[in-house]
Amino acid sequence: MARVIVDVMLKPEILDPQGQAIARALPRLGFSGVSDVRQGKRFEVELDGPADDAAIAEVRKMAETLLANTVIEDFVVRVEG
Amino acid sequence: MRVGVVTFPGTLDDQDAARALRLAGAEAVPLWHADHDLKGVDAVFLPGGFSYGDYLRCGAISRFAPLMTELIPAAQAGLPVLGTCNGFQILCEAHLLPGALVRNAGLHYVCRDQRIRVDNASTAWTTDFAEGQEITLPVKHGEGRYVADAETLAELEATGRVVFRYAGSNPNGSLNDIAGITNEAGNVVGLMPHPEHAVEELTGAPGVDGRGFFSSIVRKLVNA
Repeated sequence: MARVIVDVMLKPEILDPQGQAIARALPRLGFSGVSDVRQGKRFEVELDGPADDAAIAEVRKMAETLLANTVIEDFVVRVEG
Repeated sequence: MRVGVVTFPGTLDDQDAARALRLAGAEAVPLWHADHDLKGVDAVFLPGGFSYGDYLRCGAISRFAPLMTELIPAAQAGLPVLGTCNGFQILCEAHLLPGALVRNAGLHYVCRDQRIRVDNASTAWTTDFAEGQEITLPVKHGEGRYVADAETLAELEATGRVVFRYAGSNPNGSLNDIAGITNEAGNVVGLMPHPEHAVEELTGAPGVDGRGFFSSIVRKLVNA
């Protein structure tokens, strides 16, 4: 059993209005010193077996196929722990 | 002329789409997302809504529906396909059209009558319009901001594949005011506005400018 994390973020050149709204809200709530916020998605993928190279490659394929739209998003795959 | 209208779980506009096609003289053939069957239709309409609840990304799950595994190769082989709103999002997720549709720049869901300029009147779905003609259609979406990388945008512009552009004001922050695009062959067209809601004086809020889409495809199929 292993857990693999896939982080999906909008590409830097794609406007993130949700992140901007959060960044604008923070000073109103008394939080200072934040220059920017970008919002993304985190997927926790539980594997039946170990997170070996083959399994990581398979998760990478899942990310390319379904979890991320690589036209607008970048993703990073990592093993938790 | 038999035009398929696809229903996914969460599709909203399939009945209006079927009605618009019937008004134009076509037979509207219901197509079900879970079937591997295009029922021999001559063209396909992917209507709007919130297919699969818009889970993950709009159109991301629908793109893998059994029906889509039939529709994607058929569209690549030249079958005329029109996608409006969620249908446009599905066409982009399926890579039948380039780019993607993301959250409106203003974050608000926008529901209003929108002026649109027709920039390409030679696709399967737009021959009954004139290039430069302005029409009014309803828009209703929260994720309709068209984005693509600079290279793709330049290619779309250079090859006349921007079919519709928002006129007056841009409701969602779409790059280059893009409201709709087509593929290289001109048989696949996607747009955020809703022609199927503008085909009758009684209920078509802004008028009947949507009729041109359906008369265009009927004319094409009759002459085929």
